[in-house]
Amino acid sequence: MSNQLIRYIDQPHPVTGLTNGKLGIWLFLASEVMLFGALFSSYILLRVGSSTWPDGSEELNVPLATLNTVVLITSSVTMVMAWAACKMNDFRKFRLYLGATVALAFVFLVVKSFEYAPKLTHYEVFLKDGTSLRGHVHEEHEDYVVFTPDATADQHPQNRRIERDDIRRLTNFGPAHSNFFGLYFTLTGLHALHIVGGIIVNLYLLFPGAAMWKTEMERFTGRIECAGLYWHFVDLVWIFLFPTLYLL
Amino acid sequence: MNDHTTEDISRHVKVYITVFVALMALTLITVVVSYLHLSMAAAVLIALAIASVKGSLVACFFMHLISEKKLIYCVLILAAIFFAALLFFPVYDTQHASLPAVGNA
Repeated sequence: MSNQLIRYIDQPHPVTGLTNGKLGIWLFLASEVMLFGALFSSYILLRVGSSTWPDGSEELNVPLATLNTVVLITSSVTMVMAWAACKMNDFRKFRLYLGATVALAFVFLVVKSFEYAPKLTHYEVFLKDGTSLRGHVHEEHEDYVVFTPDATADQHPQNRRIERDDIRRLTNFGPAHSNFFGLYFTLTGLHALHIVGGIIVNLYLLFPGAAMWKTEMERFTGRIECAGLYWHFVDLVWIFLFPTLYLL
Repeated sequence: MNDHTTEDISRHVKVYITVFVALMALTLITVVVSYLHLSMAAAVLIALAIASVKGSLVACFFMHLISEKKLIYCVLILAAIFFAALLFFPVYDTQHASLPAVGNA
């Protein structure tokens, strides 16, 4: 019935040689290239135009980001294996691989939250004398803050009372800290939203959507291929984000 | 990627595993190179070259671009042209404008 309403959803269109779904997902991915392209362009523009730029590997957690790279690449493999299992009519393996893809996507988000959380509780205070201190806010009062600077190799952290009148700016390492952190949170946040989108789609295909396997196997395999194309694109974006933000 | 026999898919699976190992090795190389403290130009060049190889592997083998239809190549070439314009025109503009550099904060 549905094949009569929307044509070429399980068989290739004679003109394009593609199912409509597959052409649709590629057009969507082309628009996604422009979305991330605009943000990468902003990154380059701000970096080139800035007189100073922090070293990503000193500001961000490289081991956690490397772990996330490994997790995402592995999830890309499990996703393509899920599609291969569909092609080989092995529903049990399909479920196993797609389930692993969803699980790895959750692992990525958990690792990401471990990366974000310390940034939001770590502060930098810019003083009016031109100096700045990094550490944690111990106490906040109307006239002053008690600040615990980060420990250094030769100095144990000692609480320091700083008068509000001496403070030019007090900020955590969130998006408002600097252009670098603004770009870091925008790019990684948008990427994380894409991961959430992928989880929703893959969970649908894993549970309620999997009913189509029994009725329209070819069409279902096409859906898995489209979901896979989206997921590999999300992986591809991370492959470029990782060195750009964390290592350079 | 529409008409495949079980043997074809089995061969593909072997390729996926090989690509996976290559991607892991390239990730390791990216991180190791970042600790060598090269000059900024060399670091950018190497990091983006490795990322491009990794991206190409994902696109060619996981996304099956290596055996895709011509229409998809056309869509992607168009997207690549606009992407390049988006990337290089603003940079070209800043290089040729006489504006003072701004701070990071």
